[in-house]
Amino acid sequence: MGLALLAVIWLITFASTYFFVAKTWWFPAGMSAASAAIDHQFTFTFITMGIVFVLAQCGLGLFVWKYRDQGAASKVEYSHGNLKLEVLWTGLTAILFIGLNLMGSPIWAAERFEPAKPDAVPVEVTGMQFAWYFRYPGNDGKYGKTSPTLIDPSAGNEAAIGLDTDDPASKDDVVAGTMYLPVNREVDLTLRADDVIHSFFVPSMRFKQDAVPGLAIHMHFTPIETGDYEIACAELCGLGHYKMHGMLKVVSQADFDKWIADREAAKQ
Amino acid sequence: MATTHTIHAHAAPQGFVRKYIFSLDHKVIGLQYYFLALVAVFVGMFLSLLMRIHLIWPTASLPLFGELKPETYLSLLTMHGTIMVFFVLTTAPQGGFGNYFLPIQIGAPDMAFPVLNMLSFWTTFVAFVVMIAAFFVTGGAPLHGWTGYAPLSALPSAGPGEQLGADLWITSIAIFCLASLMGALNFITTTLDLRAKGMTLMRMPLTVWAWFVTAILGLLAFGVLLSAGILLLLDRNLGTSFYVPLVVVNGQVMGHKGGSPLLWQHLFWFFGHPEVYIAILPGMGVASQLLSTFSRKPIFGYKAMVYAIMAIGLLGFMVWGHHMFMSGMSPWSAFSFSLMTMAIGVPSAIKTFNWLGTIYKGRVRFQSPMLYAIGFVSLFVSGGLSGPFLAQPVLDIPLHDTYFVVGHFHLIMGVAAIFGMFAGTAYWFPKMFGRMMNETLTRIHFWITFIGTYAIFMPMHYLGLAGHPRRYSQLTELNYLKDLIPLQTFMTYAAFITIGIQLVFVFNLFWSMFKGPKASDNPWESTTLEWTTATPPPHDNFGGVTPVVNHGPYEYSVPGAPKDYIMQTDPATAAAH
Repeated sequence: MGLALLAVIWLITFASTYFFVAKTWWFPAGMSAASAAIDHQFTFTFITMGIVFVLAQCGLGLFVWKYRDQGAASKVEYSHGNLKLEVLWTGLTAILFIGLNLMGSPIWAAERFEPAKPDAVPVEVTGMQFAWYFRYPGNDGKYGKTSPTLIDPSAGNEAAIGLDTDDPASKDDVVAGTMYLPVNREVDLTLRADDVIHSFFVPSMRFKQDAVPGLAIHMHFTPIETGDYEIACAELCGLGHYKMHGMLKVVSQADFDKWIADREAAKQ
Repeated sequence: MATTHTIHAHAAPQGFVRKYIFSLDHKVIGLQYYFLALVAVFVGMFLSLLMRIHLIWPTASLPLFGELKPETYLSLLTMHGTIMVFFVLTTAPQGGFGNYFLPIQIGAPDMAFPVLNMLSFWTTFVAFVVMIAAFFVTGGAPLHGWTGYAPLSALPSAGPGEQLGADLWITSIAIFCLASLMGALNFITTTLDLRAKGMTLMRMPLTVWAWFVTAILGLLAFGVLLSAGILLLLDRNLGTSFYVPLVVVNGQVMGHKGGSPLLWQHLFWFFGHPEVYIAILPGMGVASQLLSTFSRKPIFGYKAMVYAIMAIGLLGFMVWGHHMFMSGMSPWSAFSFSLMTMAIGVPSAIKTFNWLGTIYKGRVRFQSPMLYAIGFVSLFVSGGLSGPFLAQPVLDIPLHDTYFVVGHFHLIMGVAAIFGMFAGTAYWFPKMFGRMMNETLTRIHFWITFIGTYAIFMPMHYLGLAGHPRRYSQLTELNYLKDLIPLQTFMTYAAFITIGIQLVFVFNLFWSMFKGPKASDNPWESTTLEWTTATPPPHDNFGGVTPVVNHGPYEYSVPGAPKDYIMQTDPATAAAH
């Protein structure tokens, strides 16, 4: 029985670890400026936790086999513990855990403490059951007024977010169901939700943030490769949660300018 | 038995109803909690099986529910989580085993407040009935998840199931909170006031410490959830706006104004995180008790274990914000919540090291309770070590609300805690029912369940890394999820086998209750007080005798002692402690 336990625990340990190390199922390639730092922090955490995982599980398997009851041959060491060992592993664990926390903190601070840079592209993201809308303020750099009473999700785009077309600032606002961003420029996001909580999740950008009714949450990230990236909703928002997805198209600055100009022209 | 009633507040009951239904005996009440949890766990498992089938075969017609609509999937998910957390993980380890064995292990004739004890069980029962009723009302059970985030949970128009079903869901939880508060008071008072002579705090078995600290957590946490639930009911039915700002649902402006969705999350997780420890601490206690008993060796670092339980209890109230790193809460507060969460990993690690230290240089007997206890340690390590990933806000950016989290909490708070219950069942079955469980069936059940749970829950971590959001009823909408379907399929097959084998456990349970070989008073050669009394224990636990405690709880293999264990009640001269 001891040997069977050892074999099964070791097998589970190595099989589990193998699929992590082989990266059989893994993060999509990181396509934002912060991805490298976040992935590095993950890798470092994975290596340290992985070592503890393998040692603890292998130790468990080994001990139950090695110290199995073998009748008179087994001698038990009568002991109530060992203070030195207790202090040692308490200290080491504390250093490891707190150390991980301190290592990750600057990355978090860079992502969330600092506002977006002044030259960032402003985009307002609105979540509603079950769609994402993206608003660009246009040449005036100002978002026009919206009003709850004007919201009509079935009409889509401008009407879906309740844009007040009488407001001069809203004349050049562009609202789209697909998110366009220029590559290598920071985006200054304003996240909103109309009805319930949604969560704006772009795995390739290593970006996630809840959109909460009543709050305008400011966030930023910088895409570094052109391409199409899927947007998911990560907060349970109702029966259509699974299909509340969108597309982020990261394009060159020229293509982005052209896209905006075309949308502006179409509005006039 | 002539002196039975002399030390006892209430007489042994006569008649079926007073003996088995409205009983004041903590042992009967403990079994009532246990069997309620057993019913609940099968309901919860059945729901999870339906979900697993639906994910792989979305158009399959399922028993009771037919072809699942997206909202029905979410109802199953909500009810699965709620039933498992409240009526299984909170009910069996604490209400069940705690009720039965806490008084006996401290040498008391019953709980401090037997009537309150009966009341808390029957209140829990009512809560369960109300919860199940949510399935049968118009609109069905709610779809807002076991965490019930507002405004989704606060707006009847936000989805099917959010009408009467959601009201019943909240009401049930509120009733459950009341029951848990009564239970917690009883546990705390009993531990502090009814210990036998010689049962000092530092001689209490670690199971008792775990139940005691769990009760304190319950007392502080359930009151907050109760209040939060009442506010939610007010928002839903009386037009208040605690949790709901001005919102527009499907083009309709709702009548609310100025509420805060994050307030619900703060209140919910102020309960919700301690709840994790309410579920797992009793399992830790059982694992400690069993590892020592079946390694024939004193627990390694008893005092460190006690302080670790206390530290977990204390820190458990300072970490709730780690569920909210992506919620829009101030990013600065994430800093301290993360630090406290990392800190709570330290006492958890101490416990793991001490369990390994207990086995080290012991003499391990592989009887079935020990197999489950070893399984517990393995699952606790696996589930625990994904904690330091999620405790870092920066890693929550990719991992929060993905299957990584689902894998993490199922391993640690789900199946590790359930292995604690298996271990407790196998260990105390002879004492509770006077018979032994079938060892062959128990072993078959252990091996398949142990491997099966890893096969189900380890792959969830891989899904999470790949960005698979949780609570998706279909896997065909997001393109990148399609590559993950084979892994999901594997997990569904693993779930089939693992859930199927639980029938063997239940069969063994009931068959052995009536047909198992008769158990002696102390079949495992354990040391704690429940093994000094008759099997099953008489109404007042010790047959009119008040036990006197002379030893710590885990005196195994004491040099010079005649046997390899010293009962806590053995004469003081027998050994050093």
